[in-house]
Amino acid sequence: MTQLDTTDIKVTETLDCSGLLCPLPVYQAGIALGRLAPDEVLKLVTTDPGALEDIPAMARQRGDTLLATKQGEGVQTFWLKTGGGR
Amino acid sequence: MTVDAPETTPGASAETEPRRKRLALVASKGTLDQAYPPLILASTAASLGWEAGIYFTFYGLDILHQERFRKLKVASLANPSGPVQLPNLLGAVPGATAAATKIMKKWMKDARMPEVPEFIEMTQSLGVRFFACSTTMGVMGVEEADLIGGCDIAGAAAFLDYAADADVQLFV
Repeated sequence: MTQLDTTDIKVTETLDCSGLLCPLPVYQAGIALGRLAPDEVLKLVTTDPGALEDIPAMARQRGDTLLATKQGEGVQTFWLKTGGGR
Repeated sequence: MTVDAPETTPGASAETEPRRKRLALVASKGTLDQAYPPLILASTAASLGWEAGIYFTFYGLDILHQERFRKLKVASLANPSGPVQLPNLLGAVPGATAAATKIMKKWMKDARMPEVPEFIEMTQSLGVRFFACSTTMGVMGVEEADLIGGCDIAGAAAFLDYAADADVQLFV
């Protein structure tokens, strides 16, 4: 996983999907990312263990960039930058 | 007489948007547990930026039925993985299906999963296409007015035409 100093990332929007299972984090993140302009950053918090695979896959499929992932105790945080091609 | 070839792909915008991936699903089962997988897959596909369509056929058409989609049930009979683990003899007892359904609904609620009607609304709001099987409607006496709004009534050829251009096709 990317070990970036996440405090340096300028976050445009934060979305907390704690307690939600697939497909809800991807569903809500998709709506949030759709609201953002290209190159803006969504900070996404999840607790679904599947999100560790799902969120990178979502970024790949949508053409967004996963800047960083942080894994805590039962919680994952993702920093997603919207792709410019949309 | 000459026929000009179309300059752009139908549906492509003037800015020549890249072709999006497409998911084509068949939903053929009308139990509560089997209503979720096609809705989950299609709403996820749309969230990934794909086009997605579901062909609801035979019992699967109940998922689009305005009255029945609130009353989908989990089978207690011949369902060894169901929420009520009963031998088939007891699975046929009156009330067993209702009990299995109640448990599944509680599981879903506790997991904060939307109920089927709400899930359908979510999925439709993402632009997922719903095809209602015209043969099922004829065979089972379902009218267009019985279905939720925004469905395309279609036969197998129309769905295959859509699915032929899909990257992923699944039968649920």
